[in-house]
Amino acid sequence: MSVETDVKTLVIDEQEVSARAGQTILEVARENDINIPTLCHLDGLSDVGACRLCLVEIKGNNKLLPACVTAVQEGMEISTSSERLQKHRRTILELLFAERNHVCSVCVSNGHCELQTLGQEQGLTHVRLPYRNPNLSVDASNERFTVDHNRCILCTRCVRVCAEIEGAHVWDVMGRGINSLIITDLHEKWGSSTSTCTKCGKCVQVCPTGALFDKSKMGSDHPKSPDFLPYLNLMREAQ
Amino acid sequence: MTIEELELIAKNVKQENDKYDYEVNVCMDLACASQGAGALKDALVKAAETSEKKVLVRRTGCMGPCSHGPLVRLDPDETLYHHVHAESAEAIVKNLGEAPVPELQCDLNEHFDKQVRVVLENAGYIDPEKIDDYIARDGYKALLTMLVEMTPNGVVHRITESGLRGRGGGGYPTGLKWSTVAKANGDVKYVVCNGDEGDPGAFMDRSVMEGDPHRVIEGMAIAGYAVGASKGFIYVRAEYPVAVSRLTTALREARRHGLLGNNIANTPFNFDVEIRLGAGAFVCGEETALIASIEGRRGTPKPRPPYPAASGLWGKPTLINNVETFANIAPIMRNGGKWFFNMGSERSKGTKVFALTGKIANTGLVEVPMGIKLREIIEEIGGGVPGGHKFKAVQTGGPSGGCIPEEMLDVGVSYDALLKMGSIMGSGGMIVMDDTSCMVNVARYFIEFCMTESCGKCIPCRAGTAQMFTLLTRICNGTGTLDDLALLEDLCSTVKETSLCGLGQTAPNPVLSTLKYFRDEYMEHILHKRCPAGVCQMEAVNSATSIEVMA
Repeated sequence: MSVETDVKTLVIDEQEVSARAGQTILEVARENDINIPTLCHLDGLSDVGACRLCLVEIKGNNKLLPACVTAVQEGMEISTSSERLQKHRRTILELLFAERNHVCSVCVSNGHCELQTLGQEQGLTHVRLPYRNPNLSVDASNERFTVDHNRCILCTRCVRVCAEIEGAHVWDVMGRGINSLIITDLHEKWGSSTSTCTKCGKCVQVCPTGALFDKSKMGSDHPKSPDFLPYLNLMREAQ
Repeated sequence: MTIEELELIAKNVKQENDKYDYEVNVCMDLACASQGAGALKDALVKAAETSEKKVLVRRTGCMGPCSHGPLVRLDPDETLYHHVHAESAEAIVKNLGEAPVPELQCDLNEHFDKQVRVVLENAGYIDPEKIDDYIARDGYKALLTMLVEMTPNGVVHRITESGLRGRGGGGYPTGLKWSTVAKANGDVKYVVCNGDEGDPGAFMDRSVMEGDPHRVIEGMAIAGYAVGASKGFIYVRAEYPVAVSRLTTALREARRHGLLGNNIANTPFNFDVEIRLGAGAFVCGEETALIASIEGRRGTPKPRPPYPAASGLWGKPTLINNVETFANIAPIMRNGGKWFFNMGSERSKGTKVFALTGKIANTGLVEVPMGIKLREIIEEIGGGVPGGHKFKAVQTGGPSGGCIPEEMLDVGVSYDALLKMGSIMGSGGMIVMDDTSCMVNVARYFIEFCMTESCGKCIPCRAGTAQMFTLLTRICNGTGTLDDLALLEDLCSTVKETSLCGLGQTAPNPVLSTLKYFRDEYMEHILHKRCPAGVCQMEAVNSATSIEVMA
């Protein structure tokens, strides 16, 4: 008796791999220890395909597709680190570093920062683009945490974790384009008495840079642990 | 409403119109209205009342050559008057049936002769707020005939056969899109009309919505039948208040006549349309952002697939077409797919409406068959560049398009040809520039537009356009270097290839096309600190910059 199979086989970086139908390229690549850089993606959160670092080349398709939201298909031939992709990734990282004030030496996340790590991984030795040096605020009104917009890369992980996991939807995005800003509630102080924040700290843990940090941590002693989400989701589903 | 009742209305309107010996049509579209067409119409009505002649004064939508406004057309002899003001009303009525008023008469034969009007067939002939006027010109005939004679598959087949491609800019085959939505699983489907026309210099969709709103509604209802949807949305920018009010009136009238609602033409087909207003974001013209906006969320695009045809509005299969695409549907259903297929060029069928603006004599709306040469549009229909200046470039497709130089003007207009030249068809804006325009400054203008209209979701578009703007500003003010130019070209490639949606992917086009065709102007700015067109203000050059250039 033949059972309809929903297993796909494909090739990623000349390595033959198998996948369940519906899995994304990123999931399958990571299962097989193929590293695709990401910033906005986080296991346990919905994907938005915004950081464009996980773009991959697929044979027969002229367009670059984001691995985090592209489902695998039978017979795909994927390249994750061609010269073209690496060039774009470095330019995107340069754009991120030049967009706001990312000064690693004075950042709480120095040494634990995903943006910094990606820069090192991609061999980014210098930034060719003019730094924009925007004048952005720091909101330290919350009793436990601080948001420093100068270090924010607008990945919206905080927005999603707060809405999807904590269910509070304190964070959102205001404005558009280069003037976009992550805000709490209706652009009120994070520590305001009417804030809907539950002070759970999930946003701080998932923030890839030093934009959100815990006031009780000093200097660069601020490792974050964003890996709790898949476990949390699993336990919730089990209930 | 049945087809017989529809024919009765048409007959009545004709009988009513036959009571008059003369018709005086006044264009009341935005350009004419802003030059006093309102007072003119009032004066004409007054003059007609006091005259012994039987004169019908009618307000109409856009007649086309806006730079000649306010326009008046006399029927039945089709005399066209331009630059008409209220003072001339008496003379116009007095001279009806005699020789036309000489000082008002205008000769635009060359302008009109080369045009083929399908989308604009009613423009200037009907009162946009009267459904009976539209019905008298075969309006809603296609819908009612089709409902009782054709299957949904038959309708999709006819659209496919016509070779119609999406008029919003991408040129995706309309028949294919319809059949995809028709085949998608789901009981609930939606039809959405994209009226979020935001390109600088483009006003085709506004004119169609204002001048002939029922045409759009009929096209949507036909689409609803073809794909199995019973609900439609028209997404219009709030900056188009007249279009919104005309559409609102049109929808109310169509419902009252039983052309929208339940059991249309006594068939099981139900269809109704709601209006949704945009809040001024250019990116909401992108279909996934438009869907988010209709749903009441922040208008940001989503990665595709899934395409709206499979999962769109509230996750249901959704057909999204542009205003002009829907405006083509009724004529195709009436005249057959072959009729449409026989117009145009090899892979671009039918006609296209363009909004001619900039340094050109006859600014306004024109509708031409696909495949017509750009030179014919600009020199013959548009009347060429005025004021003794020399033509430099034509910009098509708005901020997503490119600048086409003089030597490419003999290429026929089609989706593929424009793409090959580094531009796009876009929704149909056509900005003509003469030797007083600096192409670097033009590129900077469009990048600034994209920068302020970027939604900010993906980094290449958000920060990339801002960086490109900084670099172009440097080049414009004479502080740019060859390094900056190299960096600019690098950024173009990254923004184009890695941006999430069409806005970012096409944002570098104005820069790339001006670099391709007008590179010497960039070099002049960088190397000699001089703007050949005399537009850019050069900053005092310090020695450090010049050393950099030398190196």
